[in-house]
Amino acid sequence: MPAIAPDEVFRGLADPTRRAIFERLSRDGEQTVGALTERAGISQPAVSKHLGVLKGAGLVRDRRDGRQTYYRVDPRGLAPLVDWMTFYGTFWRDRFDRLETLLKRMDQ
Amino acid sequence: MTEPAVATRSVVVERELPHPPETIWRALTQGPLLEEWLMKNDFQPVVGHTFNFRAEPVPGWNGVVNCQVLVVEPYQRLSYTWNSSGDEAEGGLRTVVTWTLTPVEGGVLVRMEQSGFRAEDEHAHRGASYGWPRFFTALEQVSARLD
Repeated sequence: MPAIAPDEVFRGLADPTRRAIFERLSRDGEQTVGALTERAGISQPAVSKHLGVLKGAGLVRDRRDGRQTYYRVDPRGLAPLVDWMTFYGTFWRDRFDRLETLLKRMDQ
Repeated sequence: MTEPAVATRSVVVERELPHPPETIWRALTQGPLLEEWLMKNDFQPVVGHTFNFRAEPVPGWNGVVNCQVLVVEPYQRLSYTWNSSGDEAEGGLRTVVTWTLTPVEGGVLVRMEQSGFRAEDEHAHRGASYGWPRFFTALEQVSARLD
């Protein structure tokens, strides 16, 4: 799989409508274009076009089943954007909080 | 002997904890306790032991960390590798987590250093489940520049 540059992923998520579609797929799982259109407030061809851009940016994948095309989030799609230093900075501070809570229980 | 000239960076978090070193050491090295505050694991405090930490996957991270124990000095120092796994292993993280316990008045200074982040590990943005709102705010600013 060719590496996708962060810029492409940014472009993919730059549009608010596209971002809403991506968030819907992240939250609710795999869906058809029709189901996405019902809640997107724009036409089906417009939704399809946005999905095409998301797919090109490696953010979603599609799967045909009969006449329906299902879309889902590609969990690796955001990898080019993940800043591991920031991620782990937040992660470890959060885990230190949990460690403190555990230690208090252990001392009781 | 020359070291490869690759600049790496570390994440350091340290806190004074008002507990005996023995208690803290148990929390750092006993699998079930470790799971309570860090992640599911098959850790054993044995140098050379290979193990995984496992969390719920989030976009951009498969949630599985490949590790090997490097240092076990009871009540003082614990160190293990912390590497990306599976599809993310190639070109992924290759870091080392080191815990250092230093006695201070009324407790222990606990220091965690995750070292070995390379330039390519550092991208323009935050991701995963941590900081999505900030992520999107920053994204809009960058997007405005790209357009």
